[in-house]
Amino acid sequence: MALRLSVPARKRTRKRLSVGTWIALVITAIISLWPLYWLLVSAVTPTLYTMKSTPDLWPAHFSLINFQRLLSDAKYYWNWMGNSLVVALSITLFHCIFDTLAGYTFAKKKFPGRTIIFWALIATMMVPAYVTVIPLYLISHDLHLLNTLWAIILPGMASAFGIFLMRQYIQTLPTELLDAARIDGCSEWGIFMRVVLPLCKPAIGALAIFTFVQHWNDFFWPLIAMTSTSSYTLTVGVASLQGEFTTDFGIIFAGATLAALPMIMFFFIFQRSFLEGVRMGALKG
Amino acid sequence: MSGVLLGSKGAARRSSGQMKKARQGFFKKYGWSYLFILPSILVFAIFTFAPAIWALLISFQHYFFRWNGQWVGFKNYVDAFTFGDGVFGRAIENTLYYTVITVTASILIALALAGLLQRCNKFWRTVFLGAYYLPAVTSAVIVAISWRWIYNGEFGLFNYLLGLVHLAPVRWLSDPNIVLNSIVLSTILTVPATGVVLFNAAMSGVPGELYEAARIDGAGGIRQWWSITLPLIKPTTLYLVVIYTIYSFQVFDKVFVMLPSGVADSAQFIVTQIYQNGFVSFYFGIASAQGFILLLMIASVAFVQFRVLRTDVEY
Repeated sequence: MALRLSVPARKRTRKRLSVGTWIALVITAIISLWPLYWLLVSAVTPTLYTMKSTPDLWPAHFSLINFQRLLSDAKYYWNWMGNSLVVALSITLFHCIFDTLAGYTFAKKKFPGRTIIFWALIATMMVPAYVTVIPLYLISHDLHLLNTLWAIILPGMASAFGIFLMRQYIQTLPTELLDAARIDGCSEWGIFMRVVLPLCKPAIGALAIFTFVQHWNDFFWPLIAMTSTSSYTLTVGVASLQGEFTTDFGIIFAGATLAALPMIMFFFIFQRSFLEGVRMGALKG
Repeated sequence: MSGVLLGSKGAARRSSGQMKKARQGFFKKYGWSYLFILPSILVFAIFTFAPAIWALLISFQHYFFRWNGQWVGFKNYVDAFTFGDGVFGRAIENTLYYTVITVTASILIALALAGLLQRCNKFWRTVFLGAYYLPAVTSAVIVAISWRWIYNGEFGLFNYLLGLVHLAPVRWLSDPNIVLNSIVLSTILTVPATGVVLFNAAMSGVPGELYEAARIDGAGGIRQWWSITLPLIKPTTLYLVVIYTIYSFQVFDKVFVMLPSGVADSAQFIVTQIYQNGFVSFYFGIASAQGFILLLMIASVAFVQFRVLRTDVEY
């Protein structure tokens, strides 16, 4: 190990990469990115060239024909993307308001039942979506929400994890600040809007990012709640391409690639916040 | 909530005017708090608590698309296992098999990669973490479509590579004896990004003096790793084991996409069974019972974590 060299203690952080370490890291990075790369390569290659015994390892026959065919044949594709966008954005917006409100209240206010309500909320994190999905389906059916975006938005408007996260963050804010505002005659709502919200910006940013990712990628509930083609979300729509165009791989790859692009761009813009979100335990993978 | 107030001593003796005043005081003091948590509480009450309780009721009812009014006791829980020649038992076996292998692999891979990343400078660390993390933020559906193509029997990449070394092609997704392992393999080959990030953070938090002291005492690299690094990242390890186990118990998206037509019993998992029984066959009673069996499995893992985590590490 590199640490065994007689490096002065303070320079322990001096990093010397052995060739072996370097190779191991690069190979795992390639393996990690390969499925996405392979999808992209296959999407920009006409089906004629993907369906042969020796695949092109890079886009040697570059063409956008698959994308053209996708957008002319899968006529609801933009609907799906729009649906996903509306769902993920509105859920994110609701989360930022509701989770922050509740997180603030649990962190800084004392009221009868605080502890028990809080832990009851936290306990719901353990209940898998697969347990509640049948009653949720029945409720949505009776309220005529199936095949409308509300079926997905309404149940997702608040999350126990988000509340927990915001509470943890707001607990670190100085209470004196809130008291000072109160003495100055600020209303409770005013304190929340003018003192708490601005101070919470970093935490809300992280919350917004991973809420958006989570609901953009959500699959199980939209698969059940959305049964007419035009109301699919992007994940459900892309999965349905497999059924519709069984062996026409080109269209399927184009659909999947186009669906992946927004999230990939999103990731590059916010990479730092993403990794911060992981550290806070927010993202899976 | 006002019961708390009224229950206090002397409340009964208060005149109605005092009571009214007290109630007003209560709302003045706590009203905002309840108002602030109200939206979240409503969402949870309507879309989590009520459905959870209703699901529990359904699991004791004869519920085939509509409830026929009969309570059947634990029949659904028995049927859950006997239904369809006992596929569900097979599904639990498959899920446990999948979980044990993928969680073990994920933890080991994450540990190794985080260790290697410790030696990188900040720039390269961010680059590699990004490369590991990108597939994790991409929808499982999209990644699974790529895997299905890689596993394709005729034109897939894997069979092409096998052909290069003169091996016979494998029917990755259509051979009932292989398909479960193909699913497992695709998960193993997905870098456990969360694990790498968390292990990396935990390792950076180990004080350098500890290694210094160990080095002076003559401990080699492996010894340092074994006696310092491993014990100090134990809480992170436990946390990761638990969350990876819980995720693996619920594997669905990738299986649904990679095997659209399903491969009989050989690649059934707990959630694919819930989906099948609930939303293909509409046996809601049985599907609910299976949901609670899943909940029980998850709860027991969480319980074990809770017990083990109470023994904290000391630096």
